[in-house]
This record gives sequence, structure tokens and C-alpha cells, in this order.
Amino acid sequence: MQFIQLVISGIAQGCIYGLIALGFVLIYKATETVSFAQGELMMLGAFFGLLVMGFWGYPFWVAVLASMGAMAATGYVIERAVINPILGQPAFSVVMLTIGIGYVLRGLVTMIPGIGTDTHVLAVPYKDQTFQWGGLMINAEQAVVVFVTALLCLALFLLFKYSKLGIAMQAMSQNQLAAYYMGIPVKRLNSLVWALAATVAAVAGLLLAPITFVHANMGFIGLKAFPAAVVGGFGSLPGAIVGGLVIGVVESLSGFYLPDGFKDTAAYIVVLLMLMVMPNGLFGQVTRKKV
Amino acid sequence: MRFIFKTHYNQDIQLAKHSGHVFWYGLLLLLLVLSPVLLDEYWLAQLTFVLIYGIVGLGLMLLAGFTGLFSIGHAAFLGVGAYTQAVCTQAGMSFVPALICATGLSAAVGVLVGLPALRIKGIYLGIATLSFGFIVEEVLARWESVTGGNAGIHLKAPNLWGHTVNSAEGFYFLCLVLAVISTLGVLNLLRSPTGRAFVAIRDSEISAQSMGIHLAYYKTLSFAVSAALAGLGGALYGHKMQFISPDQFSVLQSIDLLLMIVVGGLGSVHGAFLGALFLIVLPQLISLTKDSLPDAIALAPGLQSLVYGLVLIAFVLFEPMGLYGRWLKVRTYLQVFPFYRRGLFKRQKTFQKSERVR
Amino acid sequence: MSDTLLQAHDLSVQFGGVRAVHEVNFDVRQGEVFTLIGPNGAGKTTVFNLISRIYNPTHGHITWHGPQGVVNLTQRPPHSMAQLGIARTFQNIELFEHASVLQNLLIGRHVHQQTGFWQNLLFTPAVRRSERAFRAYAEQVIELLDLQHHRDALVAGLPYGVRKVVELARALCTDPKLLLLDEPSSGLNTEETDDMAFWIRDIQQELGVTILMVEHDMRLVSMVSDRVLAMNQGQVLALGSPSEVQSHPRVVEAYLGSADDVSHLRRNTP
Repeated sequence: MQFIQLVISGIAQGCIYGLIALGFVLIYKATETVSFAQGELMMLGAFFGLLVMGFWGYPFWVAVLASMGAMAATGYVIERAVINPILGQPAFSVVMLTIGIGYVLRGLVTMIPGIGTDTHVLAVPYKDQTFQWGGLMINAEQAVVVFVTALLCLALFLLFKYSKLGIAMQAMSQNQLAAYYMGIPVKRLNSLVWALAATVAAVAGLLLAPITFVHANMGFIGLKAFPAAVVGGFGSLPGAIVGGLVIGVVESLSGFYLPDGFKDTAAYIVVLLMLMVMPNGLFGQVTRKKV
Repeated sequence: MRFIFKTHYNQDIQLAKHSGHVFWYGLLLLLLVLSPVLLDEYWLAQLTFVLIYGIVGLGLMLLAGFTGLFSIGHAAFLGVGAYTQAVCTQAGMSFVPALICATGLSAAVGVLVGLPALRIKGIYLGIATLSFGFIVEEVLARWESVTGGNAGIHLKAPNLWGHTVNSAEGFYFLCLVLAVISTLGVLNLLRSPTGRAFVAIRDSEISAQSMGIHLAYYKTLSFAVSAALAGLGGALYGHKMQFISPDQFSVLQSIDLLLMIVVGGLGSVHGAFLGALFLIVLPQLISLTKDSLPDAIALAPGLQSLVYGLVLIAFVLFEPMGLYGRWLKVRTYLQVFPFYRRGLFKRQKTFQKSERVR
Repeated sequence: MSDTLLQAHDLSVQFGGVRAVHEVNFDVRQGEVFTLIGPNGAGKTTVFNLISRIYNPTHGHITWHGPQGVVNLTQRPPHSMAQLGIARTFQNIELFEHASVLQNLLIGRHVHQQTGFWQNLLFTPAVRRSERAFRAYAEQVIELLDLQHHRDALVAGLPYGVRKVVELARALCTDPKLLLLDEPSSGLNTEETDDMAFWIRDIQQELGVTILMVEHDMRLVSMVSDRVLAMNQGQVLALGSPSEVQSHPRVVEAYLGSADDVSHLRRNTP
């Protein structure tokens, strides 16, 4: 029973990792760049929700939609202003740029007088409710996380597989110049992808807020999401979620059954094992350079 | 403007390519040797840190800039070196044997971390090194019997063959000597077949193999040398700080190291030291300009984070060749004056092309 | 001399359901220029990639008849090819873009290095002598291929024709016994192709290097080849002298289609 309880909380936590990893994979799939700023975008989304709900007093659903919209705009603007000029440069440069963006966002939020340095509570309507199901205790927060994640994942999967937009995004990532020639509005789509990834991050932030509270260092959880994306295979959307679940469950179980210290490093040990056994992750594509 | 008339292959092989090099680097060395006299104690300490971080930067530059293997967890090697030095000197070893242990153990850990590199590339390797970084940090914190856990370890002044280096000047000279030796070592590697093999691996693994370069050997070697240098820097860092704890070797430190080599200029030895200089000088600049900023901004805790981020973004966007690249442009401007044109260093517009299937 | 240098035995490789190369047999003799021809997708570059061990064959093997005896290449790792004396150029140029032409050539001398890591670290006199020797050899290759004014240029800024020559130079720097040239004339104009033909003959006659070549330009093939192997869809069509193979009916069919195919295109005469 304890085991299943742990698995459930692991799944809920894993969904958060999965959502952040989803953001990574989205950006990677469309532009083949890795963004280390997802964690900070998530934090910003949570703070925005706090602003709308906690300080301006709007209801929760308004806060959610407002946060998603604001983050979409933020992602769009960031991409336009900063990422676009350097696409085509070596991947490492882009990674460093996104790290810089993360620093800037964290710094800006921390600088807000009074609010930036404190930890805040986001009063979600389903707070502190629990369900009983055959002897198991399930938090409403956890249930909402799982449900929303599943929904989002399905929507994005369908987008990439079947819509013109999705195929255009995949084309862009493989050969930008050819995509230009085919009439794909590459610049606009790049910005759109970042907007989408930022929105997903906002959702992740709002879902995470009841569990870890809203504070400026929330973004560091993003670092755990990288192992999730890698375990799933970096180019795969369902893989991101699956990877997140794997990491979440392993973390939850090792926190209980293994000695101290393994909980924090469980994610990283898993990813190293995975890279040794299946270097391209669970759902990653094996590719090879043709010469 | 200098025209070099070459008459012997040695001119291309030797380190100082012409008399100008000899003059300016000689002058630099002279200034460095005279620093304890020219600088006050505070700035001497900062310069010592520049040298220490420069050594670590050399290692990371060799790995990332010259071999193309990006390590996002490099602070782990720094930590291994620092802790090994602490434990060995506490056990009674004198400075040099402890240093050899620290460097050697870091190199061994480097080989271990480099094992995934043999099979995986790019972002996957970055995540693998990041993971190693976290694991090492955790090990340092948990292995309390050896490392003292989160309480940290104190280090005494280095003991060189019976003579204790107590003064700041003495320690500065120690760091200077080690920095010069490390730089010469790296420069030697780069002008020999080993260094060329590293560059070959960075640019095209398939044709490196067809030239007879054993990828696994050279990748592991690059990790080992890079980690050894980081360990050396870590040992010196430990002695300088006199107290080390696991949180000094976290992922934030790793990112600082990466920032250092990106700002310094990827792919150049100068970049390592310029980056180190930048890393140490930036907080000073921030505190100096704080006085002229309104209180709300100046006293905010997030200011350092903000400035670091802005600087990183600015360099990647506007000066991808880093500080060394900017220096090259300035120097070229002065050399070919008044014929300098902005297009001399212009990047060709590149379009994104997938690295997955090319 | 007609000693066999390299021999492919029933060489086959399959990628999923695609038979890229199917039961290919041929032998390359010492000192000759042996050319592989065939339409696009015939599997010629795949054969090269099998010889240089980038791919593993699904069936068959390749033997190398070097001075140390007969070696089964398919059991050796890719980086051991240069040691054995097999060098290659690539269809889509694979140079070291961020290094100078000279650096690229010096990397070509890698298999001849005598000094180990610690000697390199200390840059002992032995390393210095070795560097001078490498440089002298590279200069000979530069002189053969007229690369003097590109010596210190970064490869990234060079035009396509020059890059092809640098690829050839780099392969020559490994001092090979067998040189694999993948489409040496692609992207070159007539003049440059003639230069390439002269160089190939020079390399064969003056340096005594055996050449195995993939080529589309039939003029070049006729000018330099001793023997030609025609392939189509992974299989061998014909093997013989250039003129024999080019007039072989199955080869003609592979390139042009058979005579029956065009009958329906004939206009009805009124």
C-alpha cells in the first residue's frame, strides 16, 4: 500500500518534470536548440498567476488563462528579440544564451521589492482536498496535475503529427534554409514554438505552485527535467512525459527505500544508466551521419 | 603592420612566432612577477583567483573549445581536486605529493565521466556531465567520514618541502608558477599531434577516424587532461579559500566556468585567462557601479544574477568570439589602420541545419 | 604488377529492407586505377563506406593483402584503416573546417607519429624533429597539388574546387598504399577535371599508390582507369577495361534504359 502511495506521488511529481521536459522537447523538435530557460519560464508563469490571483484578486481560472497568455507573449518576444538572431550558430552558443535568459529572468523576479525574495502560497480552489480510493490517499493537486498533463500531451502530440503547423515545425528543425525556400514562415513559427513552450511552462508552474509554493528559485526543478527529456529521447513528445514519469517514480521510491541522498541524485543516476544502455533514450531516433 | 618573413619551419612550430610576441609576453610576465609590489593585498588576492580560475578555464577550454565536448558539470572536478588536497594535507602529506594526488584523482574521475562521451554526443553528453556534477556534489556532501559533509573542511597553508607558504605573496607566486606551467603544457599539446587530434574530433569525427585517430582514446585523454587541470585549480582554490564545502562546487559554479570560457572566447588559450579575469572583475564592477544606481536596484539581491545573464546574452549575440575575439579586432584595427573594415571579421550568415541527419 | 591488394568477397549490406550492396565481388590489383561506375543509388559510396569500416557488412568480407599478410578488414575498427595504408576522400567534403589547410594536412600525418602523450606535453626535441618532418612531407604534397597560396587559409573560407584538392592532399599525407577517391571530379569544371586526371596519373605513377575511385564523369574514367566495375542497384553488372564496360549491353541499359522503352515515344509518321 505504501508502495502504491509512493508510486502515485511519484507519478504526480513526474508529470511536472514531464511538462517541463515537454517544453524542452517542443523547442528542440522545432528548432533543434536546447533551452535551459524553461525552469525560469515556469517560475515566471507561477509568479504571474500569483500576481493576477493573489494581488489583483481575480478568480483562479482567470489567473490561469492570463498567465498562459502572458507567458505565450513573453516566449514570443524572447524568441524574436534574442534567439532568432543566433539560430544557425553552434548549439553550444544557443544553450549559453538560454542559460543567460534564465539568469536574467531569475534576477528580475528576485529584484521585485518585497515579493521577489519571499515564498508565496497560491490559493488554488482545489487546495487541501483529498480523495480516498481503496485505502489510498490522493491529493486533489496531484490528480489535477496528472489530468492536465495527459490532456496537454495529447493535444501537442496531435498537433505535431497531423497538423500542417506541426509538420512545418519539424521541417524547420531539419533544414532551415530549405524550409525558407518552401515558403514556411520560419521566423514566425520559431517565435510561435517558443510561445507554445512558454505556455506549457506556465501551466507547469501553476500546477507546481500548490506543491512547492511560489518562489524565485522554483526554476531549479527544471534541471531535473533534463534527465526526464533524455530518458524519453530528446525528439519525442510522449517520451518527455514517459521520461518524467520514470524519473518521478524512481525518485519517490528511492526517497523511501534507499538511504539519504539517493532521492536527490536518483534522477541523475537513472539518466546515466539510460545513456549507457540506450544512448538515444526510450523513444529517441537513432540517426547517423551519411558521408 | 608586421610582415613575417619565414625562412625555417621552426618559426611555425615554436611558441613565440616573432619578436613582438617575445616582447609583449615577456613584459606581461614581468608585470605578473612584480605584482606583489605593485598591487595591494586585496587586488593581489583577486589576481591569485584569476590565475586559479585561469588554470581551470584552460582545462575546460581544452575540452569544450578544442575537442568540442561540452561539460556542464565541470565544477565536480574542481571539487574533487579541492577535497583530495584537503584530505591529503590533513593526513600529513606535504603540498606537492598532495597536489599530485589531487590532480591524479581528478584525472581518474575525468576518465570515468568521459566514458559516456564515447557513445553519445551533443546535448546528451551535456546532460550526462551535468548529472555527474550533481552526483559528485551529493557524494561530497554525504561521505561525511572523509569529506566532513556539509560542514566542510579547513585547509592549512601549503607546506612545500618543509617550508610553509604563509604569505599571500608566496602563495601568489606558487599559483603563478603553476599557471605558467599549465599554460605551456596546454600550448605544447595544441601544437603537437595530440592537440591536432582534439581539433579533428571537434570538426569531423568521421574523417578524424579515417585519418587514424582513435576516437575513444583521444576523447578520454581530453577529459582526463581537462579534469586534471580542474583538479589542480581546485587544490589551489582550497588552499586559497582555506575552507571548502560541497555547495561551492554546485551546478552554479559549473555554469560560471562555462560563462568564463564563452566570454573569454571559445577555442583560444587566451580566452581562458581573459574569461577568468572577467569572472573575477565583474562582481567588482557591479559593486563599483552600485553607488551610481538608485537604491532599489543597487541593493536588490538579484542584481548579480541579472547582470551575469545580460552579459552572457550580450556576448553570445554581439561578440561570439568572446573577449579574445574583440581583442583581435582591436589589434587588427590598429595594425591595418586606416584600412580596417567591419567586414573583416564578419560571420557568414548561417542557417540552421539539423545535426541529427545531415 | 598484378598482385591483389584488396579483395571484396560476396560483400553485402542491408539497411532495413533495402539491399544497398548485394554480393559484390571484385579485386583491386597493386598499382592500378580501378573505378566504380553506376547510376545514382547504385551503392558505390556504400562500398567505400564498407571498405573504410563506416558500415558493417551484413554478409561477406573484405581482405587486405598488405605487407604484413592477409588481413580481414571487416574485423578491424575504422581508425585502423589509415595504419594499414588505406586513405579516402569523401563525397561531401569532410574537412576540418576551423583549421587551416596546413593543419588539415598535418592531421593527415597522424598515423606516422612516434611520440606519445607525455612527450607531446613536454614538447621534447623528438617532438620538434617529428613536427619538422611532418611539415616537410606536407610541403611536398602541397607542391604536388599547387596549394601554396592556400597554405595558411582557414578551410571554412575556401571555394569548393580548392577544398576537393585539400581533401586529396590530406589523404595523400597519410602516405597510403590504397587511395579511395569518392567522386573526385564532382563540382569541378573541365579544366579542373583535367588537372585532377593529371594528378591521379601522377599519384599512380610517381608515388606508386593504387587508386580505387567512384566516378560519374566518363571522360575522366576513360582517361585514367585501368579497370572499371559497373554497378546498379547494389549489384555488379560488368567488370573489365573502360571501353569494354561502357559498351556492355547491361551497363547501357542501366544508364539509358533498353531499346524497347523508347518505341512508344516514336511519333507516328503520317
